[in-house]
Amino acid sequence: MIYLQLLYVYLKVGIFGFGGGYAMLSLIQLEVVDRHHWLTLSEFTDVVAISQMTPGPIGINSATYIGYTVTGSVWGSVIATAAVCLPSFLLVLLISYFFARFRNNRYVNAAFTGLLPASVGLIAAAALLLMNRENFVDYKSLFIFAAAFFLTWRYRVHPILMICLAGLAGLLLY
Amino acid sequence: MFRLPGSFFRCPAFCRGDGRKLSAPVFEQLIVMYLTLFLTFVRIGMFTIGGGYAMIPLIEREIVRRGWMEREEFVRMFAVTQSLPGVFAVNISIFVGYKLKRFWGSVVCALGTILPSFVIILLIALFFRRFQDNPYVIRIFNGIRPAVVALILVPCLSAAKAIRMSRMELLVPLVAALLIWKWGVSPVWIVLGAILGGLIYTLWLKEKLTGGKE
Repeated sequence: MIYLQLLYVYLKVGIFGFGGGYAMLSLIQLEVVDRHHWLTLSEFTDVVAISQMTPGPIGINSATYIGYTVTGSVWGSVIATAAVCLPSFLLVLLISYFFARFRNNRYVNAAFTGLLPASVGLIAAAALLLMNRENFVDYKSLFIFAAAFFLTWRYRVHPILMICLAGLAGLLLY
Repeated sequence: MFRLPGSFFRCPAFCRGDGRKLSAPVFEQLIVMYLTLFLTFVRIGMFTIGGGYAMIPLIEREIVRRGWMEREEFVRMFAVTQSLPGVFAVNISIFVGYKLKRFWGSVVCALGTILPSFVIILLIALFFRRFQDNPYVIRIFNGIRPAVVALILVPCLSAAKAIRMSRMELLVPLVAALLIWKWGVSPVWIVLGAILGGLIYTLWLKEKLTGGKE
Protein backbone atom coordinates (compact mmCIF):
# COMPACT_ATOMS: atom_id res chain seq x y z
CA MET A 1 0.00 0.00 0.00
CA ILE A 2 2.73 2.42 0.99
CA TYR A 3 4.51 1.45 -2.23
CA LEU A 4 1.49 2.41 -4.30
CA GLN A 5 1.24 5.73 -2.51
CA LEU A 6 4.92 6.33 -3.09
CA LEU A 7 4.50 5.50 -6.76
CA TYR A 8 1.53 7.84 -7.04
CA VAL A 9 3.25 10.73 -5.25
CA TYR A 10 6.43 10.51 -7.29
CA LEU A 11 4.63 10.11 -10.60
CA LYS A 12 2.82 13.32 -9.69
CA VAL A 13 6.10 15.04 -8.87
CA GLY A 14 7.50 13.82 -12.20
CA ILE A 15 4.54 15.24 -14.10
CA PHE A 16 4.14 18.58 -12.36
CA GLY A 17 7.70 19.27 -11.27
CA PHE A 18 8.45 22.15 -13.60
CA GLY A 19 11.44 24.39 -13.22
CA GLY A 20 14.20 22.07 -12.03
CA GLY A 21 15.37 20.71 -8.70
CA TYR A 22 14.49 23.45 -6.25
CA ALA A 23 11.03 24.07 -7.65
CA MET A 24 10.50 20.33 -7.46
CA LEU A 25 11.52 20.26 -3.81
CA SER A 26 8.61 22.43 -2.72
CA LEU A 27 6.24 20.04 -4.46
CA ILE A 28 7.90 17.06 -2.77
CA GLN A 29 7.68 18.82 0.58
CA LEU A 30 3.97 19.43 0.12
CA GLU A 31 3.34 15.74 -0.60
CA VAL A 32 5.79 14.06 1.75
CA VAL A 33 5.64 16.36 4.79
CA ASP A 34 2.29 18.16 4.71
CA ARG A 35 0.00 15.63 3.07
CA HIS A 36 1.34 12.17 3.91
CA HIS A 37 3.39 12.93 7.05
CA TRP A 38 6.10 10.49 5.97
CA LEU A 39 8.81 12.84 7.21
CA THR A 40 8.90 15.72 9.70
CA LEU A 41 9.99 19.11 8.43
CA SER A 42 13.43 18.80 10.03
CA GLU A 43 13.95 15.36 8.52
CA PHE A 44 13.01 16.84 5.18
CA THR A 45 15.54 19.64 5.64
CA ASP A 46 18.17 16.97 6.26
CA VAL A 47 17.19 15.26 3.01
CA VAL A 48 17.61 18.53 1.14
CA ALA A 49 21.03 19.08 2.73
CA ILE A 50 22.14 15.56 1.82
CA SER A 51 20.85 15.96 -1.74
CA GLN A 52 22.88 19.13 -2.14
CA MET A 53 25.97 17.50 -0.72
CA THR A 54 25.97 14.44 -2.93
CA PRO A 55 26.47 14.11 -6.63
CA GLY A 56 23.48 13.68 -8.87
CA PRO A 57 20.35 15.66 -9.57
CA ILE A 58 18.37 16.71 -6.50
CA GLY A 59 15.14 15.23 -7.86
CA ILE A 60 16.74 11.77 -8.02
CA ASN A 61 18.61 12.09 -4.73
CA SER A 62 15.55 13.06 -2.73
CA ALA A 63 13.43 10.36 -4.37
CA THR A 64 15.98 7.67 -3.54
CA TYR A 65 16.44 8.85 0.04
CA ILE A 66 12.78 9.38 0.85
CA GLY A 67 11.83 6.13 -0.87
CA TYR A 68 14.14 4.25 1.44
CA THR A 69 13.24 6.17 4.59
CA VAL A 70 9.50 5.78 4.11
CA THR A 71 9.46 2.04 3.37
CA GLY A 72 12.69 0.91 5.04
CA SER A 73 13.48 -1.09 1.95
CA VAL A 74 15.58 -0.63 -1.16
CA TRP A 75 12.49 -1.26 -3.30
CA GLY A 76 11.01 1.99 -2.01
CA SER A 77 14.01 3.79 -3.47
CA VAL A 78 13.71 1.97 -6.78
CA ILE A 79 10.00 2.75 -7.10
CA ALA A 80 10.30 6.43 -6.15
CA THR A 81 13.27 6.99 -8.46
CA ALA A 82 11.69 5.22 -11.40
CA ALA A 83 8.38 7.02 -10.86
CA VAL A 84 9.94 10.46 -10.81
CA CYS A 85 11.72 9.78 -14.13
CA LEU A 86 9.02 7.94 -16.02
CA PRO A 87 6.63 10.75 -17.07
CA SER A 88 9.35 12.99 -18.47
CA PHE A 89 11.09 10.01 -20.04
CA LEU A 90 8.04 9.39 -22.22
CA LEU A 91 7.61 13.09 -22.90
CA VAL A 92 11.24 13.61 -23.88
CA LEU A 93 11.19 10.57 -26.17
CA LEU A 94 8.13 11.94 -27.92
CA ILE A 95 9.70 15.38 -28.32
CA SER A 96 13.03 13.92 -29.49
CA TYR A 97 11.14 12.03 -32.15
CA PHE A 98 9.50 15.19 -33.47
CA PHE A 99 12.72 17.10 -33.01
CA ALA A 100 14.44 14.73 -35.42
CA ARG A 101 11.56 14.81 -37.91
CA PHE A 102 10.94 18.54 -38.08
CA ARG A 103 14.51 19.77 -38.08
CA ASN A 104 14.08 21.90 -41.14
CA ASN A 105 10.51 22.94 -40.64
CA ARG A 106 10.00 26.69 -41.20
CA TYR A 107 7.91 27.24 -38.08
CA VAL A 108 10.17 25.19 -35.83
CA ASN A 109 13.19 27.18 -36.98
CA ALA A 110 11.29 30.44 -36.49
CA ALA A 111 10.47 29.41 -32.92
CA PHE A 112 14.11 28.64 -32.27
CA THR A 113 15.28 32.12 -33.35
CA GLY A 114 13.63 33.32 -30.15
CA LEU A 115 14.37 30.28 -28.05
CA LEU A 116 18.14 30.17 -28.60
CA PRO A 117 19.00 33.57 -27.12
CA ALA A 118 16.43 33.06 -24.37
CA SER A 119 18.01 29.78 -23.32
CA VAL A 120 21.35 31.53 -22.81
CA GLY A 121 19.43 33.77 -20.41
CA LEU A 122 18.00 30.70 -18.68
CA ILE A 123 21.47 29.32 -17.98
CA ALA A 124 22.61 32.73 -16.75
CA ALA A 125 19.60 32.90 -14.44
CA ALA A 126 20.48 29.48 -13.04
CA ALA A 127 23.97 30.72 -12.18
CA LEU A 128 22.59 33.95 -10.67
CA LEU A 129 20.09 32.06 -8.54
CA LEU A 130 22.88 29.91 -7.16
CA MET A 131 24.82 32.98 -6.03
CA ASN A 132 23.18 32.98 -2.61
CA ARG A 133 24.27 32.90 1.02
CA GLU A 134 24.15 29.13 1.08
CA ASN A 135 26.69 28.66 -1.69
CA PHE A 136 28.79 31.71 -0.91
CA VAL A 137 29.46 31.52 2.83
CA ASP A 138 32.24 34.14 3.00
CA TYR A 139 34.97 35.94 1.01
CA LYS A 140 36.85 32.67 0.52
CA SER A 141 33.93 31.39 -1.57
CA LEU A 142 34.30 34.42 -3.83
CA PHE A 143 37.96 33.59 -4.23
CA ILE A 144 37.19 29.96 -5.18
CA PHE A 145 34.50 31.16 -7.58
CA ALA A 146 36.87 33.58 -9.32
CA ALA A 147 39.69 31.04 -9.52
CA ALA A 148 37.39 28.36 -10.92
CA PHE A 149 35.99 30.74 -13.51
CA PHE A 150 39.42 31.91 -14.60
CA LEU A 151 40.87 28.39 -14.84
CA THR A 152 38.00 26.95 -16.89
CA TRP A 153 37.53 29.99 -19.11
CA ARG A 154 41.19 30.65 -19.79
CA TYR A 155 42.87 27.26 -19.54
CA ARG A 156 39.92 25.00 -20.31
CA VAL A 157 40.46 22.87 -17.21
CA HIS A 158 38.09 19.90 -17.27
CA PRO A 159 35.01 20.46 -15.03
CA ILE A 160 35.58 17.17 -13.18
CA LEU A 161 39.15 18.14 -12.33
CA MET A 162 37.88 21.60 -11.33
CA ILE A 163 35.34 20.12 -8.91
CA CYS A 164 38.02 17.93 -7.32
CA LEU A 165 40.36 20.92 -6.97
CA ALA A 166 37.58 23.04 -5.47
CA GLY A 167 36.79 20.27 -2.96
CA LEU A 168 40.44 20.14 -1.99
CA ALA A 169 40.53 23.95 -1.66
CA GLY A 170 37.49 23.76 0.64
CA LEU A 171 39.17 21.11 2.77
CA LEU A 172 42.29 23.26 3.13
CA LEU A 173 40.67 26.70 3.51
CA TYR A 174 37.81 25.98 5.91
CA MET B 1 34.89 -13.02 -19.96
CA PHE B 2 31.27 -12.90 -18.99
CA ARG B 3 28.56 -14.13 -21.33
CA LEU B 4 25.23 -12.48 -21.89
CA PRO B 5 22.07 -14.59 -22.26
CA GLY B 6 20.87 -15.24 -25.79
CA SER B 7 17.63 -13.34 -25.32
CA PHE B 8 19.64 -10.20 -24.65
CA PHE B 9 20.96 -10.25 -28.19
CA ARG B 10 17.51 -10.49 -29.68
CA CYS B 11 16.42 -7.26 -28.05
CA PRO B 12 15.77 -4.55 -30.68
CA ALA B 13 18.84 -2.56 -29.66
CA PHE B 14 21.05 -5.20 -31.24
CA CYS B 15 19.06 -6.27 -34.25
CA ARG B 16 18.52 -4.87 -37.69
CA GLY B 17 15.11 -3.67 -38.73
CA ASP B 18 14.14 -7.08 -40.10
CA GLY B 19 14.95 -8.77 -36.78
CA ARG B 20 17.96 -10.70 -38.04
CA LYS B 21 21.13 -10.77 -36.00
CA LEU B 22 23.94 -8.37 -36.82
CA SER B 23 27.30 -9.60 -37.98
CA ALA B 24 29.91 -10.00 -35.24
CA PRO B 25 32.07 -6.87 -35.86
CA VAL B 26 29.05 -4.56 -36.22
CA PHE B 27 27.64 -6.09 -33.08
CA GLU B 28 30.85 -5.48 -31.18
CA GLN B 29 30.88 -1.88 -32.33
CA LEU B 30 27.37 -1.43 -30.99
CA ILE B 31 28.28 -2.91 -27.62
CA VAL B 32 31.27 -0.59 -27.40
CA MET B 33 29.09 2.38 -28.34
CA TYR B 34 26.46 1.61 -25.68
CA LEU B 35 29.15 0.99 -23.07
CA THR B 36 30.91 4.24 -23.91
CA LEU B 37 27.62 6.12 -23.67
CA PHE B 38 26.75 4.50 -20.37
CA LEU B 39 30.15 5.15 -18.80
CA THR B 40 30.22 8.73 -20.08
CA PHE B 41 26.90 9.41 -18.39
CA VAL B 42 27.92 7.61 -15.21
CA ARG B 43 30.88 9.98 -15.08
CA ILE B 44 28.66 12.98 -15.77
CA GLY B 45 26.15 11.84 -13.15
CA MET B 46 28.88 11.35 -10.57
CA PHE B 47 30.02 14.96 -10.88
CA THR B 48 26.65 16.67 -11.21
CA ILE B 49 26.82 18.34 -7.81
CA GLY B 50 24.32 20.92 -6.62
CA GLY B 51 21.44 20.42 -9.03
CA GLY B 52 20.89 19.61 -12.69
CA TYR B 53 22.49 22.76 -14.05
CA ALA B 54 25.85 21.57 -12.84
CA MET B 55 25.56 19.05 -15.64
CA ILE B 56 25.82 21.68 -18.38
CA PRO B 57 29.62 22.12 -18.30
CA LEU B 58 30.10 18.34 -18.18
CA ILE B 59 27.82 17.64 -21.12
CA GLU B 60 29.42 20.45 -23.02
CA ARG B 61 32.85 18.96 -22.45
CA GLU B 62 32.01 15.28 -22.93
CA ILE B 63 29.42 15.46 -25.69
CA VAL B 64 29.98 18.64 -27.67
CA ARG B 65 33.77 18.59 -27.67
CA ARG B 66 33.74 14.95 -28.69
CA GLY B 67 31.75 15.90 -31.76
CA TRP B 68 28.72 13.83 -30.77
CA MET B 69 26.56 16.89 -31.03
CA GLU B 70 26.89 20.44 -32.35
CA ARG B 71 26.93 23.27 -29.89
CA GLU B 72 23.90 24.95 -31.42
CA GLU B 73 21.98 21.72 -31.20
CA PHE B 74 22.98 21.42 -27.57
CA VAL B 75 21.69 24.92 -26.83
CA ARG B 76 18.45 24.11 -28.67
CA MET B 77 18.02 20.95 -26.68
CA PHE B 78 18.74 22.79 -23.49
CA ALA B 79 16.04 25.33 -24.28
CA VAL B 80 13.45 22.63 -24.88
CA THR B 81 14.42 20.66 -21.77
CA GLN B 82 14.03 23.79 -19.65
CA SER B 83 10.32 23.89 -20.30
CA LEU B 84 9.67 20.24 -19.49
CA PRO B 85 8.67 18.81 -16.12
CA GLY B 86 10.80 16.25 -14.34
CA VAL B 87 14.45 15.97 -13.48
CA PHE B 88 16.39 18.27 -15.78
CA ALA B 89 19.63 16.26 -15.81
CA VAL B 90 17.83 13.02 -16.64
CA ASN B 91 15.79 14.68 -19.38
CA ILE B 92 18.84 16.12 -21.04
CA SER B 93 20.60 12.74 -21.01
CA ILE B 94 17.53 11.16 -22.60
CA PHE B 95 17.72 13.79 -25.35
CA VAL B 96 21.40 13.16 -26.00
CA GLY B 97 20.91 9.39 -25.94
CA TYR B 98 18.03 9.56 -28.39
CA LYS B 99 19.97 11.77 -30.74
CA LEU B 100 22.91 9.34 -30.74
CA LYS B 101 21.26 5.92 -30.60
CA ARG B 102 17.48 6.35 -30.57
CA PHE B 103 15.38 4.56 -27.93
CA TRP B 104 18.00 2.28 -26.39
CA GLY B 105 20.52 5.10 -26.41
CA SER B 106 18.18 7.19 -24.29
CA VAL B 107 17.55 4.30 -21.88
CA VAL B 108 21.29 3.70 -21.48
CA CYS B 109 22.07 7.40 -20.93
CA ALA B 110 19.25 7.89 -18.42
CA LEU B 111 20.34 4.85 -16.42
CA GLY B 112 23.93 6.06 -16.50
CA THR B 113 22.93 9.43 -15.06
CA ILE B 114 20.71 7.96 -12.35
CA LEU B 115 22.95 5.12 -11.21
CA PRO B 116 25.74 6.99 -9.34
CA SER B 117 23.42 9.19 -7.32
CA PHE B 118 21.10 6.28 -6.62
CA VAL B 119 23.92 4.13 -5.26
CA ILE B 120 25.51 6.93 -3.25
CA ILE B 121 22.24 8.04 -1.66
CA LEU B 122 21.30 4.47 -0.85
CA LEU B 123 24.63 3.92 0.89
CA ILE B 124 24.13 7.11 2.89
CA ALA B 125 20.57 6.14 3.81
CA LEU B 126 21.74 2.69 4.88
CA PHE B 127 24.97 3.42 6.75
CA PHE B 128 25.69 7.07 7.15
CA ARG B 129 22.62 9.01 8.17
CA ARG B 130 24.45 11.99 9.70
CA PHE B 131 26.41 12.53 6.49
CA GLN B 132 25.47 16.21 6.28
CA ASP B 133 26.95 16.96 9.73
CA ASN B 134 30.36 15.47 9.00
CA PRO B 135 32.94 18.31 9.29
CA TYR B 136 35.07 17.09 6.39
CA VAL B 137 32.06 16.80 4.12
CA ILE B 138 30.98 20.34 5.06
CA ARG B 139 34.43 21.74 4.29
CA ILE B 140 34.72 19.98 0.94
CA PHE B 141 31.31 21.21 -0.14
CA ASN B 142 32.04 24.76 0.98
CA GLY B 143 34.73 24.64 -1.67
CA ILE B 144 32.74 22.90 -4.39
CA ARG B 145 29.56 24.98 -4.32
CA PRO B 146 30.97 28.35 -5.45
CA ALA B 147 33.08 26.57 -8.09
CA VAL B 148 29.95 24.97 -9.55
CA VAL B 149 28.46 28.43 -10.13
CA ALA B 150 31.57 29.41 -12.07
CA LEU B 151 31.41 26.14 -14.02
CA ILE B 152 27.86 26.93 -15.11
CA LEU B 153 28.76 30.47 -16.20
CA VAL B 154 31.49 29.34 -18.59
CA PRO B 155 29.33 27.28 -21.00
CA CYS B 156 26.70 30.01 -20.77
CA LEU B 157 29.22 32.48 -22.19
CA SER B 158 30.53 30.07 -24.80
CA ALA B 159 26.97 29.29 -25.91
CA ALA B 160 26.31 33.03 -26.22
CA LYS B 161 29.39 33.28 -28.43
CA ALA B 162 28.51 30.18 -30.45
CA ILE B 163 25.08 31.37 -31.57
CA ARG B 164 26.49 34.78 -32.63
CA MET B 165 23.85 37.15 -31.36
CA SER B 166 23.37 40.65 -32.72
CA ARG B 167 23.17 43.54 -30.27
CA MET B 168 19.38 43.51 -30.37
CA GLU B 169 19.29 39.77 -29.74
CA LEU B 170 21.53 40.19 -26.72
CA LEU B 171 18.60 41.91 -25.01
CA VAL B 172 16.67 38.63 -24.99
CA PRO B 173 18.94 36.65 -22.62
CA LEU B 174 19.40 39.71 -20.40
CA VAL B 175 15.67 40.23 -19.99
CA ALA B 176 15.07 36.49 -19.57
CA ALA B 177 17.73 36.17 -16.86
CA LEU B 178 16.43 39.24 -15.02
CA LEU B 179 12.82 38.06 -15.11
CA ILE B 180 13.73 34.71 -13.59
CA TRP B 181 16.32 35.93 -11.14
CA LYS B 182 14.69 39.11 -9.84
CA TRP B 183 10.98 38.44 -10.21
CA GLY B 184 10.87 34.67 -9.93
CA VAL B 185 9.14 34.11 -13.26
CA SER B 186 8.99 30.39 -14.12
CA PRO B 187 11.31 29.31 -16.97
CA VAL B 188 8.26 27.71 -18.60
CA TRP B 189 6.81 31.18 -19.33
CA ILE B 190 10.14 32.43 -20.65
CA VAL B 191 10.34 29.50 -23.06
CA LEU B 192 6.76 29.93 -24.26
CA GLY B 193 7.29 33.68 -24.65
CA ALA B 194 10.51 33.13 -26.58
CA ILE B 195 8.82 30.66 -28.96
CA LEU B 196 6.02 33.14 -29.61
CA GLY B 197 8.48 35.99 -30.03
CA GLY B 198 10.60 33.98 -32.46
CA LEU B 199 7.57 33.06 -34.55
CA ILE B 200 6.25 36.61 -34.70
CA TYR B 201 9.66 38.06 -35.48
CA THR B 202 10.69 35.64 -38.22
CA LEU B 203 7.38 35.13 -39.93
CA TRP B 204 5.97 38.62 -39.75
CA LEU B 205 8.09 41.43 -38.33
CA LYS B 206 11.32 40.61 -40.16
CA GLU B 207 9.66 41.04 -43.54
CA LYS B 208 8.23 44.37 -42.56
CA LEU B 209 11.50 45.65 -41.12
CA THR B 210 13.62 44.66 -44.10
CA GLY B 211 10.89 45.61 -46.58
CA GLY B 212 10.54 42.01 -47.75
CA LYS B 213 13.93 42.11 -49.44
CA GLU B 214 15.26 38.90 -47.98
